[in-house]
Amino acid sequence: MPAIKEYQTVTSISGPLMLVEMVDEAKYGHIVDIEFGDGSIRHGQILQVENDKVLVQVFEGTRGIDVTNSTVRFLAKPLELAVSPDILGRVFNGLGEPKDDGPAIIPDKRMDINSKPINPYARNYPNEFIQTGISSIDGLNPLVRGQKLPIFSGAGLPHDQITAQIARQATILGEGKEEFAVVFAAMGITFEAAQFFIDDLHQTGAIERAVMFINLANDPAIERIATPRFALTAAEYLAYELDMHVLVILNDMTNYCEALREISAARKEVPGRRGYPGYLYTDLATIYERAGRIKGKKGSITMVPVLTMPEDDKTHPVPDLTGYITEGQIILSRPLHRKGISPPVDVLPSLSRLKDKGIGEGKTREDHADLYNQLYAAYARGKECQELATIMGEAALSEEDKKYMTFANKFEARYVSQDYYENRSIETTLDLGWELLSMFENAELKRIDVQLIEKYMPKFRKT
Amino acid sequence: MSETKQGRIVKVAGPVVVAEGMAGARMYDVVHVSKLNIIGEIVELHGDLASIQVYEETTGIGPGEPVVDTGAPLSVELGPGLIESIYDGIQRPLDLLVELEGERMSRGSALPGLNREKKWHFIPTVTNGTKVGPGDIIGEVQETMLVQHKIMVPIGVEGTLQRINEGDYTVVETIGVVVADDRTETELKLMQEWPVRNARQTIKRLAPNAILVTGQRVIDTFFPIAKGGTACVPGPFGAGKTVVQHQLAKWIDADIVVYVGCGERGNEMTDVLMEFPKLKDPRSGEPLMQRSVLIANTSNMPVAAREASVYTGITIAEYFRDMGYVVALMADSTSRWAEAMREISTRLEEMPAEEGYPAYLAARIAAFYERAGRVLCCGSPEREGALSIIGAVSPPGGDLSDSVVQATLHVVKVFWSLKGELAYKRHFPAIDWLTSYSFYKQYLKECFENKDQGLEMEELTTQAMSLLEQEAELLEIVRLVGAEALSPKDRLALETSRSIREDILHQNAFHKVDTYTSMDKQYEMLKTVLHFHKQALAAIETGVETAEIFKLPVREEIARAKYIPHEFVTKVAEIRDTIDEHIKQLHPSTV
Repeated sequence: MPAIKEYQTVTSISGPLMLVEMVDEAKYGHIVDIEFGDGSIRHGQILQVENDKVLVQVFEGTRGIDVTNSTVRFLAKPLELAVSPDILGRVFNGLGEPKDDGPAIIPDKRMDINSKPINPYARNYPNEFIQTGISSIDGLNPLVRGQKLPIFSGAGLPHDQITAQIARQATILGEGKEEFAVVFAAMGITFEAAQFFIDDLHQTGAIERAVMFINLANDPAIERIATPRFALTAAEYLAYELDMHVLVILNDMTNYCEALREISAARKEVPGRRGYPGYLYTDLATIYERAGRIKGKKGSITMVPVLTMPEDDKTHPVPDLTGYITEGQIILSRPLHRKGISPPVDVLPSLSRLKDKGIGEGKTREDHADLYNQLYAAYARGKECQELATIMGEAALSEEDKKYMTFANKFEARYVSQDYYENRSIETTLDLGWELLSMFENAELKRIDVQLIEKYMPKFRKT
Repeated sequence: MSETKQGRIVKVAGPVVVAEGMAGARMYDVVHVSKLNIIGEIVELHGDLASIQVYEETTGIGPGEPVVDTGAPLSVELGPGLIESIYDGIQRPLDLLVELEGERMSRGSALPGLNREKKWHFIPTVTNGTKVGPGDIIGEVQETMLVQHKIMVPIGVEGTLQRINEGDYTVVETIGVVVADDRTETELKLMQEWPVRNARQTIKRLAPNAILVTGQRVIDTFFPIAKGGTACVPGPFGAGKTVVQHQLAKWIDADIVVYVGCGERGNEMTDVLMEFPKLKDPRSGEPLMQRSVLIANTSNMPVAAREASVYTGITIAEYFRDMGYVVALMADSTSRWAEAMREISTRLEEMPAEEGYPAYLAARIAAFYERAGRVLCCGSPEREGALSIIGAVSPPGGDLSDSVVQATLHVVKVFWSLKGELAYKRHFPAIDWLTSYSFYKQYLKECFENKDQGLEMEELTTQAMSLLEQEAELLEIVRLVGAEALSPKDRLALETSRSIREDILHQNAFHKVDTYTSMDKQYEMLKTVLHFHKQALAAIETGVETAEIFKLPVREEIARAKYIPHEFVTKVAEIRDTIDEHIKQLHPSTV
C-alpha cells in the first residue's frame, strides 16, 4: 500500500470542485480527506488528474474551505464501505458513516462502492414472481426477483406510501422462510418522507432487517452522488455474501441526477439535454444494473428506484434515461389521484418487462398472461371512450362504447384502487380481473384462450 | 509493422487517457495502458501526445504509468468457433471470462476471441497446386449442425496452394501454404484477423432482390426488409424495440444472425443467452444458437468498448457474408453507440454539433449502414452473400427529430416506427402502420412459388393499407360528430380495419403459435379478413343491417385464426367458406 501523502497546495476552489497542484502519484477515482485548521474533516474524490494537477470534488461542499490552511490527504484508495452482518438495523449518512447512536461498525471487510460490472453470462434470469399485494402491480405489471422497476412519480403523489407498502408486503409464493432485507437510500428527500418510511419499518418490526443510508434535503448535495452506491454495496454484501434477498429502494433519483449535473456544470462540460451531462445514461446504468441475480448465488437484489418527474413529464431526461435502463416502470397519474383512486397507478403506460417469465402455470396461474392482455386491451378502449365522452357527452357513445366506459370506471374503482394496508393475494387479484371481464361476451375477449375462459370465467365456474 | 513504443500517462479523465512520448504512433492503434494492461485505442494525436479511449474503468490509474503501443489497429479474430460464442465489445469471450475470473468483469483480462485448443475437422475443397487468390474458398469446417464454415484465403494472399491436407487442426495450426510467384510462402490457418473499422472487401455491390422473411406479419406483409437491406426501429422506452429485435433474431430467415447488445440491459442479454439454445430453428429443427453470434456490452460495461461493439459485430457478420451466406445483424441500440461516441468526444473536448453529439455522428452512422448489402464476394467459386442490418434507435422521449434517428433515416430503406400509444394498448409489435415504410415491397411477390398468389398478395396488402388509411380519416369524423353519422359502408370499413389491426397486425411474441407466421399463412389470413369485408359489403348493398353482420359468430373464428398452427393452414382458408355460409343466411341472394 503506498504511503498516504499530504499536501497544502490547494490553488483554486470553484463550486464543489477544488484544484490541488504539485501532487505526486494521484490516481483517478481515489478519495481524499481535507482537513481544516480547526481539525474538522471533509471528504472528496479525484475527478481528473493531469500531470501534477488534481481536480477533486468535495462531497460536503466547499463552503469555508480556504486555499492556504487546508491540508489534503490522498488516501490512495477508492471510496469504500465497511461491512459486516452488524450493518442490519443501522442508519448511515450519505457517505456511509453511522448516523444513529450505535457503535462504529467493526468491518469484516471493506468493499469498493463502485463494484465491477456483472458479466452478462454470469447473470441468472429473474423469473420468480414477487407478490406485492397490490393488484395494479401483481396483476398487470408483476415484479420479479432481481428486477429493477422504478416508480415514476410527481410532486405531491403518494410514492412514499407505495414503496412502504411494497416493502411491507412483498413475499415470494409457496416457499419457506427465506432471509430478506431492505436497503433504503434517501437522496435529498425531506425528513418527513424519510421518517415516514422508517416509522413504517418500525411498526412491522422490519427495521431489524433494514439498512438505511440517509441524505436529507438539507444535507450536502454532492454527497448524494455516493449515497446510492453505498446502499448498493451494502445490498451486494447482503445478497451475495450473506445469501439474502434484498429489496433496494432509492428515493429520489431526480435529486441524484441534479447533484451530478451540478458537478458537470462546475467542470464546464458540454451539457446534454436540459443541462444534464452527456454521460447521464452511462452513470445511471452503473447504478441500476447492479440489480439482478447471479448464477450460483442464493441472494438477489431487487430494486425499486423512485423518481419525481418535473411537471409529470416522462420525457424529461431523468425518467427518460431511467426508462431505457430499467425493466419497466410504474407510472403514477395525477388525474387518478385527483379522482381519489389510490394507489394512482397509471396502468396503460406502466410496464414490467420481465413479467412474461415470472408468471403463468407453476408461478402464478395459467390464465395470468392472457388475462392481463385482455384487461389492458379492454381498459385502453374504455379509456378512449372516457375521453370521447368528455368531448362529446356520453349520449354520443354507441352502446358498445358505453359498455367499455363502464368497464374502465369499474376497473379503476375496484381493481386499481385499494387500501394501503390491503394485501391482496394473487388469486384474489386474478379473480377480480375475471369478475370485471364477465360483462363482455366471449367473442369480445379475443386475447384470451377459449379454454381459459371456460375454466375461469365466473359464469362458467358456477355451473 | 512499426516497432513497439512506450509512453507515459500525463492525464486521466474518465475513459480518456492522455499519454506523452507517443511520437510515431498511428491513429486507431491499440495500446496497453498501465501495469494492468488495459486495452485502449488512440483517437487523437498532438505532437507526441496521444489521447486514448480506454476500454475499461480507469479508477486507480494516474500520471506516470506506462502506455505501450502495439502498432496494430483493433482487430477481431475470424474463424471456426465464432458461432455460439458470446463476446464483449472487443471480442473477449464472456463465458470463458466467467470461468477464469468469476461473475464480475475484471480489468486487463486478455483472452483470445477464438479457442486455441479446440480441434476442428478441416476438409479441403481444392487440391494442391491450385492457383488461389484472396477470398478463394479452400475448404470447409462443419462448425455446428447449421453452419458450414468456409475457410477462405485471406485478403492480400495470392499464389499456388501447397501442402494442404484434410485433418484436425486448431485455429492457429497451419493447414497449408500459399507460394507466391516470388517464392515467398504464406502459411494458411483456419483463423484470420481483420481490423474492425475497415469494411471487408468485395468485388461489387448488388441491389437487393429478395425479402428476408421474419414471420412477423406486420413486417413481412406490410413493411418487409430485403436480404442485404437496412432497417431502423426507433421508439420510446417500453414500445418494444428489444422484443422486435429478439423476435427477428429468433425467426429471421438468415443463415447467420449476429446480435449486438450495445449498451442495453444485462438481464435482456441473459434472456437471449438462456432462450436461444432452447429455441428451435423453424426450418431445420436445430437450436437457434447454432447459427448465432452474440455480442454483449451492457450499459454498465465500459463505454469505449460499447463504441467498438457494433464494429466488432459487423466485421464478424461481413466475414460470414463473404462465405456466401445470408447474414442478419441486429444492433440494439445504436443510440447507445452514438452516446458512447458523444461521451468520448466530450472528454476529448471536441466542438459539439447538435445535442452535444460530435459533428461526425451522421458520417459514422451512414458508413456503418453502408456495410450492409448484397454483394458479389471476393474469390472463387463465384458466390453472392447478403448482409442486412437492423438497428434499434432509442430517441429521448421517443422524439423522432433526435439526431441519431434523423441521421439513420437518411440511410436506411425500411422504417419501423414504434409508437408508445400502441404499446400502452398492448398492441404489439407497436409498429405504426401509418408512418412506417419500406422500399422493398416490390419483392414481396417473389416470396410465393405461385406467381399469381404473389400478385394477389400484393393487391391484398394494398387494399388493407388503404382501409387502414381510411380508418384514420373516419376516426377523425367519429371524434367530431359521433359514430352514428357514418354510413353503413364506412362502419364496415372501420370494423374491417379493426380486424386488420387486431387479427393481423397484432401478434403475440410470447404465444407458441402466434410468435411466428409463415408467408403462406400470412397470405391466407389477410385474404380471409378481406374476403369477409368483400362479402359483408355485398350484403350491405342488398340492405342487410351492419349490426347483424358484426354479430356473426364467424368473426370470432377470424380473430382466432392466428392461433392455428402452420400445419393446418388450410383451416384458415376454410374460414372463408364459413363466411360465405353465414353471410348467405343473412341474405341468400348475396352469394
